[in-house]
Amino acid sequence: MIEYGSLSLRRPFRERSFGLARKLMRVNWLFVLCVCLLAGVGYAALYSAAGGSPQPYAQSQLIRFCGALVLMLGIAMVDIRFIAKLSWPAWVFGILLLIAVMKFGHVGLGAKRWMTVGGMEIQPSELMKLFLAMALARYFQRATPEQTGNLLFVLPAILAALVPMGLILKEPNLGTAIITGTIGATVMLGAGVRWWWFALVVVFIAICAPVIYHHLHAYQKARIDIFLNPGADPLGAGYNIIQSKIALGSGGFFGQGFLHGTQNQLNFLPEKQTDFVFTIIAEEFGFFGSVAVLGLLMCIVTMGYYTALSCSHVYGRLLALGIATNFFLYCFVNLSMVMGLIPVGGVPLPLISYGGSALTAVMLGFGVLMSIHVHRDVDFPEHEEF
Amino acid sequence: MKRQAKNRTSFSRRAFLIGAGQAAVFAAITTRLYHLQIAEHGKYALKAKQNSISERLVAPLRGIMTDRFGAVLAGNQQHWNALFVKDMAPEPDAVLENFYRLIPLSDAEKARIQQDLAAHPGYIPVMLKDWLDWPDMAAIEVNTPNLPGVIVQAGSSRTYPLGAIAAHAVGYVGRPNQKETEQDSVLALPGMRVGRTGAEDANDLALRGAPGFVQTETNVRGEVMRVVAQDNGTPGQTVALALDSGLQQLAVQSLSSQTGAVVMLDATTGEILAMASTPSFDPTLFDRGVPNDIWNGWINDPRHPLLNKAAAGLFAPGSTFKPSVALAALKCGALTPDSTHNCPGFLKLGRHIFWCDNHDAHGTINVVDALKVSCDVFFYKTALDTGIDRIAAMASIMGQGVDLGSDVPNASVGLVPTHAWAKQHGIDWVEGNTVVQGIGQGYTQLTPLAQATMVARLASGLAVTPHLARRVGGVLQPESLPGGAPALDVDDQHLAVVRQGLFAVVNDPAGTGYGARLTIPGVQMAGKTGTAQVHDNTAAEKARNFNDMTMAWAQRPNAWFVAYAPADAPRYAVAVMVEHGNFGAQTAAPIAHDMMTYALLNDPAGRDQPLANPPPMPPLTVPQQGASA
Repeated sequence: MIEYGSLSLRRPFRERSFGLARKLMRVNWLFVLCVCLLAGVGYAALYSAAGGSPQPYAQSQLIRFCGALVLMLGIAMVDIRFIAKLSWPAWVFGILLLIAVMKFGHVGLGAKRWMTVGGMEIQPSELMKLFLAMALARYFQRATPEQTGNLLFVLPAILAALVPMGLILKEPNLGTAIITGTIGATVMLGAGVRWWWFALVVVFIAICAPVIYHHLHAYQKARIDIFLNPGADPLGAGYNIIQSKIALGSGGFFGQGFLHGTQNQLNFLPEKQTDFVFTIIAEEFGFFGSVAVLGLLMCIVTMGYYTALSCSHVYGRLLALGIATNFFLYCFVNLSMVMGLIPVGGVPLPLISYGGSALTAVMLGFGVLMSIHVHRDVDFPEHEEF
Repeated sequence: MKRQAKNRTSFSRRAFLIGAGQAAVFAAITTRLYHLQIAEHGKYALKAKQNSISERLVAPLRGIMTDRFGAVLAGNQQHWNALFVKDMAPEPDAVLENFYRLIPLSDAEKARIQQDLAAHPGYIPVMLKDWLDWPDMAAIEVNTPNLPGVIVQAGSSRTYPLGAIAAHAVGYVGRPNQKETEQDSVLALPGMRVGRTGAEDANDLALRGAPGFVQTETNVRGEVMRVVAQDNGTPGQTVALALDSGLQQLAVQSLSSQTGAVVMLDATTGEILAMASTPSFDPTLFDRGVPNDIWNGWINDPRHPLLNKAAAGLFAPGSTFKPSVALAALKCGALTPDSTHNCPGFLKLGRHIFWCDNHDAHGTINVVDALKVSCDVFFYKTALDTGIDRIAAMASIMGQGVDLGSDVPNASVGLVPTHAWAKQHGIDWVEGNTVVQGIGQGYTQLTPLAQATMVARLASGLAVTPHLARRVGGVLQPESLPGGAPALDVDDQHLAVVRQGLFAVVNDPAGTGYGARLTIPGVQMAGKTGTAQVHDNTAAEKARNFNDMTMAWAQRPNAWFVAYAPADAPRYAVAVMVEHGNFGAQTAAPIAHDMMTYALLNDPAGRDQPLANPPPMPPLTVPQQGASA
């Protein structure tokens, strides 16, 4: 019933080794196209942010993206079973990086979250999200429904999520810590852990929120306070939210035109090329352009789900779910922040914002996602040595 | 395999639910975007505009003023100012130090600059020094690299071509004070001026114009990126005054070094053809701020150069008040055209003796002759017969001691006393007071403008109101239209009697003003002399008559002459007052004669030549070295 020998995309892909050309053909090129389109939007936005010049943002970001694209396609060629084997070592590596950043990292935006490795700025917390998803996918790879219903079995997974969360919280970076936890929870939910446990945790957090708020850092509290009442200090901390909303709102349906957004061109938003890059698109291309970008972002998330659902092995399914969720959370947190829906917290808009760290982390994840897609129907051995 | 399949179904279901949740979140974000970008677009677009577009109002050019024939009385002139924009300077204090080294300023000026810098945002230009002269300009030009933020800009200021000659009538402008800027924020614009006196004050709103604006796009630091729109505003209207520059100059020349005032009216409309007050002042100085020493000089001058003696100076009218007394007496029947009084040269009232002019005894005399020779005793008796309340009532009809409603700012009302006034001021009114009232002495205080109004009303029989503005924005003012004034509420026959007396004053060889009769063939002038004493003469002074040149200047009587011409068809009315000029016939009447001759020969009344367009501002040039700044 299964044909071998022909170079068909539908052909099962069971052998461990396979031709590179075959693998390349199995890559979801529509996905890659969407990624490239978003990078193109990013180029335009950064070009505009510099007042109509490829310097200093757009060009260097394009070079970074090209490198990251090669990295992504390279990882897509790596057998997912090999990646699966690396899951726990990656998790340990991520933890070590988080510890290292606490010791050797440098401070940026009030938190010790950056590290320079070989001339490249990296944020270990960005990588940790991927590594956690990998580790959890690996952990639940062969879990039976009985096991996922057993709290004792799930407990190590919870710990595997809580340790990096704690370390990221220490940086301090509340936003990424919450995102990390959410990714962990999503993977566990996908693995079959009882849904009402999550409900319990949500209720618990809701009850504890005031206590947590009490223990937040002053700047984190300030962000929440400003979010709740941005007008209170329009030229101080609430400034970003107000200016961001003005930029969005002034866009209207078709926008003020490329390079003609006054909020952008006149620098009413500081550092708009990073976290607030969406305001440039919204202001200059209006609701029309914003929704187009939202559509592209959704396409990528949807294709992540497509990979997850079409994958025959649990590891791939869970990891694809984690990666898609990670990307979704990036978009959600950034867009909500820009629109004044949630407190501001240094999360960039993936593929569009200026900066290498998030781009690298996202493209790394996409590489793994594509590897899952390419190797969506490989057989995992029933028993395997860790 | 079955377990795996079940697992997979469970995963698919959960993944679908999670995916649906995330799709819902995207939908929520889209909704929010719709809300911000479409539903509330207007609100945010406005905010974005307010963010980036800064609108700066630009002071309009003040309207010019001309005389009735279009000669500029108040114009505009451009000059250079040095301004400082703090935000353009990396080290503002160092720049100011450099500037002060090049162009030394007083400590008060430096303090003012500091105050201005503190009061305004850093991108608002602050005046460092106005009216730059050539060395200043050169110094700034050469040192531009050391003066970042210092800009040289053209400004406009007020000029008065006639200068001191028409200073009181035209007035001057000054910087608005804080109260004024609070009432009208447009006045807060740099360069805005407010009329302070004279026609500048009376026509201030018409002259002010509407401000223009410059819309600039500014970035978050307030730096101007580009000019979006510019409108220079509407310049103020051109105001043509009724003044005739020729008459005005003649009035000032005639007064020459004497202290005094001349007012000439169009007797049929009340238009002020000339209004001079000497000594005068340079009105140009007010625009820039009067230097302290000059200001102190003005303030301490006993001849009060800043006072518009024509409209605000109060003087006893002396014998020029007699026409009103005569009219009041004729009205109430205390006098008929033929009734006579005997003048023995004095009137003895109780133990007090009131002398006639020059102690002359005029004998039996009627009202026309009493006016002609200015017999005091006749009017002592007439006043006693008439009573001061009737005299005051007639005076107010003639425009004396009442608010004339003229457009000359700060005009004094003057005073013609009544019993009610005396009671109110605790004055025990006795007959002696009434006696001197009859010759315009005592408490009576009037302005030359009121006297000119009186003689104009007497001459024309019209209740004319003196006014300066003839055309505002080219439109003839209703008061200036012939036939605009109502008829005077005085019997024509009574007017005729008094006119006859005034005709005799000038044209009868026995008249006190005979020397001032016109030499133009066929045209006669009618008038009345006045010599008003300014202090209670001592017995010694009375004995040797009170008006000789041996007295101190400040104690000599004020010389008056009021006149109208042509006597048979009155067109011009003039009042001349020479302060401490002794005999009105000697000092005031010749001036009236000259004025009237000029007026009759040039006949400005009813004629004008309004400017179609205000003349362009003189081209902006840098004042050359040596030129007075």
